[in-house]
Amino acid sequence: MTTLTPTKDVLPPPTERSTVLGWMKKNLFGSIGDSILTILGGAFLVWMIYTLIVWITTKAEWAVVTDNLQLFMKGQYPADADWRLWFLLFLLAVIVGLMWGIAIKRPTGAGWTLLIVPIVLAAWLFTLERSSWWRLLVIDVLAIIGYLLGKRYPSKLSRITYLLALLYMPIVILIVRGFGEDGFLFYVPTNLWGGLLLSLLLAIFAIVFSFPIGVLLALGRQSKLPAVKGLSVLYIELIRGVPLITLLFMGQLMLPLFLPAGITIDRVLRAIVAMIMFAAAYMAENVRGGLQSIPKGQYEAADAIGLSGWQKMVFIILPQALRAVIPVLVGQFIGLFKDTTLVALLGLLDLLGIARGVLANPNYIGRQLEVFTFIGLIYWVFSYGMSYGSQRLEAVLGVGER
Amino acid sequence: MSRKVLIVLLVLVIAALAVAACGGKQTPAPTEEAAATQPPAATEQTAAQPTEKPAEQPAAQEGEGTLATVKARGKIICGVNQAVPGFGFLQPDGSFAGFDIDFCKALSAAVFGSPDKVEYRPLNAKQRFTALQSGEIDVLIRNTTWTLTRDTELGANFAPTTFYDGQGIMVRKDSGIKTLEDLQGASICVSSGTTTELNLADQMAARGIEYTPVVFETADETTGAYLDGRCDAYTTDKSGLVARQSMFPNPEEHMILDETLSKEPLGPVVRHGDDQWFDIVKWMVFATFQAEESGVTSQNVDEMKNSDVPTIRKLLGVEGDMGQKLGLDNAWAYNIIKQVGNYAEIYDRNLGPDTVFNLPRGMNSSWKDGGLLYSPPFR
Amino acid sequence: MTTLKKSDHAAVPFWRDERYLKIIIQVVVVVLVVLAAIYLVRNLLTGLEDLGIPLSFKFLGIESQFDIGESLIEYSRTSTYARALLVGILNTIKVSFLGIVFATIFGIIVGIARLSKNWLINKLAAIYVEALRNIPLLVFLIFLSTSVFHKLPRVNEALSAWGWAYLTNRGIYVVWPQPSAGWDVYKWFLLGSFIIGLIVAIIKYREGVRTGRMPLYWLWGMVVFVVLAVVSWFIALFIAGQPMYLDFPSLQGRNFKGGKSLTPEFMAIFTGLVVYTSAFIAEIVRAGIQAVSKGQREAATALGLSGFQTMRLVIFPQALRVIIPPMTSQYLNLTKNSSLAIAVGYPDLFAVGSTIINQAGRAVEVILIMMGVYLTFSLLTSLFMNWYNKHTRLVER
Repeated sequence: MTTLTPTKDVLPPPTERSTVLGWMKKNLFGSIGDSILTILGGAFLVWMIYTLIVWITTKAEWAVVTDNLQLFMKGQYPADADWRLWFLLFLLAVIVGLMWGIAIKRPTGAGWTLLIVPIVLAAWLFTLERSSWWRLLVIDVLAIIGYLLGKRYPSKLSRITYLLALLYMPIVILIVRGFGEDGFLFYVPTNLWGGLLLSLLLAIFAIVFSFPIGVLLALGRQSKLPAVKGLSVLYIELIRGVPLITLLFMGQLMLPLFLPAGITIDRVLRAIVAMIMFAAAYMAENVRGGLQSIPKGQYEAADAIGLSGWQKMVFIILPQALRAVIPVLVGQFIGLFKDTTLVALLGLLDLLGIARGVLANPNYIGRQLEVFTFIGLIYWVFSYGMSYGSQRLEAVLGVGER
Repeated sequence: MSRKVLIVLLVLVIAALAVAACGGKQTPAPTEEAAATQPPAATEQTAAQPTEKPAEQPAAQEGEGTLATVKARGKIICGVNQAVPGFGFLQPDGSFAGFDIDFCKALSAAVFGSPDKVEYRPLNAKQRFTALQSGEIDVLIRNTTWTLTRDTELGANFAPTTFYDGQGIMVRKDSGIKTLEDLQGASICVSSGTTTELNLADQMAARGIEYTPVVFETADETTGAYLDGRCDAYTTDKSGLVARQSMFPNPEEHMILDETLSKEPLGPVVRHGDDQWFDIVKWMVFATFQAEESGVTSQNVDEMKNSDVPTIRKLLGVEGDMGQKLGLDNAWAYNIIKQVGNYAEIYDRNLGPDTVFNLPRGMNSSWKDGGLLYSPPFR
Repeated sequence: MTTLKKSDHAAVPFWRDERYLKIIIQVVVVVLVVLAAIYLVRNLLTGLEDLGIPLSFKFLGIESQFDIGESLIEYSRTSTYARALLVGILNTIKVSFLGIVFATIFGIIVGIARLSKNWLINKLAAIYVEALRNIPLLVFLIFLSTSVFHKLPRVNEALSAWGWAYLTNRGIYVVWPQPSAGWDVYKWFLLGSFIIGLIVAIIKYREGVRTGRMPLYWLWGMVVFVVLAVVSWFIALFIAGQPMYLDFPSLQGRNFKGGKSLTPEFMAIFTGLVVYTSAFIAEIVRAGIQAVSKGQREAATALGLSGFQTMRLVIFPQALRVIIPPMTSQYLNLTKNSSLAIAVGYPDLFAVGSTIINQAGRAVEVILIMMGVYLTFSLLTSLFMNWYNKHTRLVER
């Protein structure tokens, strides 16, 4: 016992990380091979950064981006309906703020980043002399208000917050689309949707509408009825076996022919239908994963309390299974968001379609690098942001740990 | 187990296809099972209730035709090009302009008496015919070449040619290429799904010239590749070449070979099977020809109403009921000329001497000036 | 309870009896689906008939009349539409197969780099993976095509590697062996050398299994093969003349001729697929390696195996079992993603198919054919990977 008690003679373990040199020796120059790799990699990195900086500061001409910013963001969406998009952004800010306050309770690095991004964007817009710059700051203010409220009254607000979060995507669809000839929320025809707005809407439509179909298909695949099971499997494997672009083409070229003479649906809607068909098959597989993760005991317990088959599914199994697949759904949403670019090949003006259109403009010939850097960055920020955010949320909430 | 099920299902699906295939060749009378699933659609069409969603408005029944659909919808859906300056081009402010676009406007003026009841659908070369076949657009005015196959098998009807064109080849001046024969072993950029692609193959095979086609989806990609030096030459209609050249950073570095590879009569296209609509589009074009021939312009059209030349009086609807024969207002041609202009005005506005293109009229002159534009009599 | 009731005959009417219910539900579902299918297909067929283009595959036998830029088989404008489709199918197979091979190699390298103790390498690999996984493939492909491969030096300013290879925006040209007079004889020698090399390798492997000291059996086989191949070269040279010569690319007229060439369109879709997929494969490999318990690595180190040996003999074989299923789906994705070649101008199945749709106006037929072919590809790939998966499992246990 006494020998184990630390005395002044026994040194603490060496703290290698304490010196820069020591850290570098361990992590960069551990052996000869390591050193060579480090030097090569370092040289490559320096060269990359140098070329990038030279390009950004001297060669790049960003007018192509700043001149067409509106086109990139919302295509031809009418200006007098702009407030709807801002409203949706504000709503999102409040929801995120509330959730942050309720679930995480403290400002973290990610939280600060989320707050800084609008400020930076606002500053950028301000220098471009766009009048909308202050609206970005409103986003931050609303998010902070939401955060404070959520922290103060977590129990009272949690139910409505989660409800809002769940309903957010359907709300987006309703408000962006609008109804009626004119008035407050006038109908905006789909051919005016464009840019990033269209990309996001396509992904939102696909995920929202594929969800119920996907759940049904997943249940069908689990079913003990051979015909139901067979049809589900047939659909799922058929869709998953072909590229999305063939489905989109089918939607564009064949869907009008499938419908009875006289009924036509427009191009955007046809792309949406194809995206939903596609997403449903993958959704079914994700939900099936969730169903399979439910331990057998749950089924048996439900049987034991005398629930019927449907009751068992609806009240016991599905709620748990869906909870378990939420993280996967975020992943699927990101995938769908990236896949929406394919509609550009059909001539729709999503973010990529707009980019190709802008590049065809004689004033901006040869500005590919700028445009692709810009839209690449947008896609990257959205995808990375969403996946990072969902990972953090998972870690904090413990969702999906089953 | 599941494999058996799959087999059974496959058989069922095939059987269903077979049944449907047999059914398809029968007369339109719906069979029982089709009728059983059809009611919602059928009632919607018979009951003339106002539809809530404009996007899903029931379109033409066989008898009613495109004109009725268009009138009910309140606008014409016009399939256009968005990337050929001078013909059809999407401007930075989101509006369309060009020679073809003006004919969409003329059609709108004829039908509605106003040139802006048009919804423009930008289409690429590949989508245009399916868009027309499926009823997504009412008329295709997108520098489309009239060919026998398209007229028959693709289910298209061609209105009179509005622009007589021919396929040409553009090369760099410093390449030393002067004739087609100089293109031996060259790479040639071409857009896919066009008659250009086929003509190129025909002509090169006929002359025994070996070449590598480099095929891209859109005209933008194709010219981009040519400008980057991916190809020695770029081929499309000569008007398109001129238009493109005007957009290039250094237009003087390029030249268009004298040779013409093909005849390319370009004009509006409608679907097979609706003669009334076809007539309207045909005569819309003829009206612009006739107006130029008779010297009626958007400036003098009101004075011309008082003219005592019978042709002009009939054209402008002062005399006779030419419009009603087409199912339109008698002032249809007056509206076209007043709001859009005659052929010469449309041409000059988009391609004439005051534009960057400065295309000579050539074959596209009235027959009186030795061109090919000739309107049948308005009587 | 229920069993009791069931024996009680009168109690359960048939519409509540589970046995009948099951059948009724299934019949209803099947009938509904079949009716819907009949309805849709009827619409389609009558619609096509009204347009004057009834469903028929006869057009496949007609001359295509268009040229295709690159093809693995003989093709000209007088070939049929069916042959044009075949050209597309082969081009798809070419880019998918090469893509899968190179993406796997690349992905494994990046995946291992991602676990490197070297901080810089580790971070570089992480940047590579995170940068690529979060942008859409199509954006990446168009970027590669317009901003990289089309911006390479023009043909008359080609970058040359000592005359052995040229880099231009018309393609990459590499010196390549071509058969000449002695090839007919030499090819048999070559085959023989290969078989003998293989036999030697197998013998050495068996020996290793027997003695427990595994020699470098593959190296043995390779050395035997190379030595025999070189010796027989001279024999063939003596008998029938030079078997092969090196075909150097050179600028003739407007383009390079000779050697092996890769078009920029192929390079764009190929590098795009490889780089993009390798980022996903890297993550799979990393997860697979991390799934192998730490004890295994420590045990291997304790046995005195080197780092490379540990990886090759202990970690990787075990990781493989975790890796293969997700890897299969990545291979499938790569094959399906090759349909985006249309955006860079490479004539794969989808690009050729959509050209035919336009030139022949046969949208429905061509789409059905394309979907059928892609389905077959998917099925074959997953069958092969399932077989391989079983195979590795058997070896492990």
